[in-house]
Amino acid sequence: MDRLNHKLGLLSALPLVVVLVLSFIAPLLVVAGFSIMPQKVFSLINMPDFSSYLVIVNHGYWKSLAWSLGMAFVATVILFLISWPLAFAMAKVFGRFTLVLTIAVVVSLFVSENIRLFGWILTLMKGGLIEGHMRAWFGTEMDGALYNVPIIVFGLVYVYFPFMLFPLAQGISMVPDDARQAAADLGASRWRVLWEIDLPLAAPGIVVGSLLSFVLAAGALAESKLLGGQAVIVMADEVETAFTYGQNWPLGSALSMVLIVIIGTLAIYGVSKVDLDQIMGRKR
Amino acid sequence: MEANAILRLQGIKKRFGSFEALRGIDLNIKEGEFLTIVGPSGSGKTTLIRLLVGMDNPTEGEIWLRDVRIDRVPANARPTCMVFQSLALFPHRSVGENIEFPLKIRGESADKRKKRALQLLELLRLPAHYYDKRIHQCSGGERQRVALARALAFDPEILFFDEPLSALDYRLRKALEKELKDLHERTGKTFVYITHSLEEAMVMSDRIAIMRDGHLEQVTDAEGIYARPASRFVAEFMGEVNLFDIEGTAQGGIRSLGTEVHINGANGDTGVHLAGGEKGTLMVRPEFVRFQQSTETSDFIVKGILRAEYALGSRIQYLVEAAGGAQLTVEKLREDRYKGEINDDVILGWDLDHTHLIREA
Repeated sequence: MDRLNHKLGLLSALPLVVVLVLSFIAPLLVVAGFSIMPQKVFSLINMPDFSSYLVIVNHGYWKSLAWSLGMAFVATVILFLISWPLAFAMAKVFGRFTLVLTIAVVVSLFVSENIRLFGWILTLMKGGLIEGHMRAWFGTEMDGALYNVPIIVFGLVYVYFPFMLFPLAQGISMVPDDARQAAADLGASRWRVLWEIDLPLAAPGIVVGSLLSFVLAAGALAESKLLGGQAVIVMADEVETAFTYGQNWPLGSALSMVLIVIIGTLAIYGVSKVDLDQIMGRKR
Repeated sequence: MEANAILRLQGIKKRFGSFEALRGIDLNIKEGEFLTIVGPSGSGKTTLIRLLVGMDNPTEGEIWLRDVRIDRVPANARPTCMVFQSLALFPHRSVGENIEFPLKIRGESADKRKKRALQLLELLRLPAHYYDKRIHQCSGGERQRVALARALAFDPEILFFDEPLSALDYRLRKALEKELKDLHERTGKTFVYITHSLEEAMVMSDRIAIMRDGHLEQVTDAEGIYARPASRFVAEFMGEVNLFDIEGTAQGGIRSLGTEVHINGANGDTGVHLAGGEKGTLMVRPEFVRFQQSTETSDFIVKGILRAEYALGSRIQYLVEAAGGAQLTVEKLREDRYKGEINDDVILGWDLDHTHLIREA
């Protein structure tokens, strides 16, 4: 019977496995293949070489990589710091108001990311909502807040907020109240409770939220293009340029591979450290 | 105020909105005693213990720990601690780390902490290698001991317990009740225990406080609660009991109001005294009631019909329907069992010594 169940399980999983392999793994393999082709070819039937990777090292593409990873890291840290109090309140304090908040945040996702970013541009640009009013009311002349690195990080924080908030709230809701109360009863201050109880027990939520935010932010393009006005060039930008203007598929593929490997390693490491079953609500 | 009181509660009230959970609690807890607060669910005992440990503040009243007023002091600044109903062990920490937690908070060195943790493991009869075990590898009884060890590591002035045994199966609970009493004697600490089981309270406590609807109904030792309850509520709370409504007569005697009780006082004195017209309740526990022949006599006699017989292990319980429909419970040891048939007419009798008069305001 067990064997039969096992077979039936595999059989019913088969269609999904085929779809996943074709739609997910195959394109990755194509990209991996192109990344070891000579420069500017459009076919996989060539003598493999590592010229694209050499170009990445020699032509300063590592700077874009550093900007992407750096800004994603800073955005993730900021996201964690600002989401924690709100996530805590959603999980432990707000009660039914949490639902209202959840809906409000989710609804914002219904509007396309680019449109929301354009909203910020209209708000922040010179002659925009803020600067315009300042000039009209106080006569103060100043530049818009756009086109710099902090505003890109701001954009990342703004766009990926839900991806940190919800996993974090989920993680915090797994911290048993009585463990927090017991720690306090045994003499721990609020900060000690946070450090000894909340953070370790909410770790699965912290890891998932941070990974989601970091991975998405590291591959983000619109924030640096729209808000940042390409004040710095991010990795995703380089990939797009290589594939389009550059007409250099192997270089684009190699750039993608670098990003994929770094982020993939990080994600697998992070996920291996936490009990995902726990956050998915399954009992151990 | 008693000189040896470690904790004094004065007029403690707690309101949640319009609901009054505690309606004026006055209680002195003595240094080194094992006091159990017993009440049915909803009686306010959990609210009370939350105030005692500092997880909540009273709406009115004062709590004094010796000569320090503590009712507004937060839990983490009080020298008391609690063993939670859920035990509240830290699942991400080992047994040793759990026990050492309060010492770590206090900033003691790792060596000292470990030494103390091992001492406590020994005190609670857990093997030393449990130090490195994970909490989820421990059984229910072992977790209980770890929670106790952690609380003792804190070295509290008073150790509170919020029904920590309620989740365990019967046999383990019985064993741990005795262990807890033993631990109380060995540590000499003041234990304040909360439970809904009076039986549990009887086994362990020096004194028992019975709680009902946000106030204390009676505070005394186990013997007093069992034999001399202050109210019908207390009498009925401790298992089976036979209660009879009575009234004082103008002649200085008493008469039964409900079930007909024949009262045969020597020289006309029944030994039970009520003013004329004053109402009261006579109480007799089932084990003091005997089946008797019509030739025998007792201070109190009730006639009825034997309706049912239940085996309770070492004892047998009988249900007797008295004239008027009231039901009486009689319990006999197996060797003294009643040798008759169901639906027999029976005569029940008991003595004044085993009768208690409850006067209610």
